[in-house]
Amino acid sequence: MKPGFISFVLDTAFRVLVPFTLVYGVYVLIFGEYGPGGGFQAGTALSVGVILSKLIQGKEKAQFNIRGSMALILAGIGTFIYAAVGFTTMIFGGKFLEYEFLPIPVHELTELHVWGILGIEIGVTICVMTTFIAIFSALTGEEGPFKDA
Amino acid sequence: MKKYAALLTIALAFVFFYAAGDLPQIGDKDSPANVHVSPRYIEDAMEEIGSPNLVTGVLADYRGYDTLGETTVIFIAGIATAMILRGKKEGDDAE
Repeated sequence: MKPGFISFVLDTAFRVLVPFTLVYGVYVLIFGEYGPGGGFQAGTALSVGVILSKLIQGKEKAQFNIRGSMALILAGIGTFIYAAVGFTTMIFGGKFLEYEFLPIPVHELTELHVWGILGIEIGVTICVMTTFIAIFSALTGEEGPFKDA
Repeated sequence: MKKYAALLTIALAFVFFYAAGDLPQIGDKDSPANVHVSPRYIEDAMEEIGSPNLVTGVLADYRGYDTLGETTVIFIAGIATAMILRGKKEGDDAE
């Protein structure tokens, strides 16, 4: 990957655009209960910021960076969060992903569904976002071959 | 062997075209897809899930197990891409 363009136009556009993209991504994630959206879409929106940072500022100077290896680990964590919500309900006496058994104090049972859906959407968002970043950094050859553990 | 494959393909295509005539019309309200679980989702989702977004309700609640599979597929796709693109070439051991 090249060290990045020294371009005030691109850098300024990046600084203006990315905060709005991130806020919109989080909005799509949280509001996915009530409107169009959800984890998959929010993940794509959130990954834009990191990919733009890698593209414009270069891999060394990127201020807003998640490395490819770290992104793969985070993708695993996202999938784990999803499964963890399912197993939590199993531990507390329900079936897999039966949100009404979540151990959260609420007034109505339907609120538990909202919390459960939010939990799994966060997992999906982390997984999709970091998978995009991992694929991008693998395509650009950012880190070279895997080292022996 | 190629002849048999071609013959089999043509025969299967004939079967499919013949069966396609019996498929229900698009949007038919009496078709099996529209009388089995769809009415229950549409009528009860608001009460059972409390989410006005029916798509999210079906995706994340009624079919949460399916979505877990989708997430895993995306995760595996990322790992596979990284392994193919970042794997070592043969004779590349010296580092």
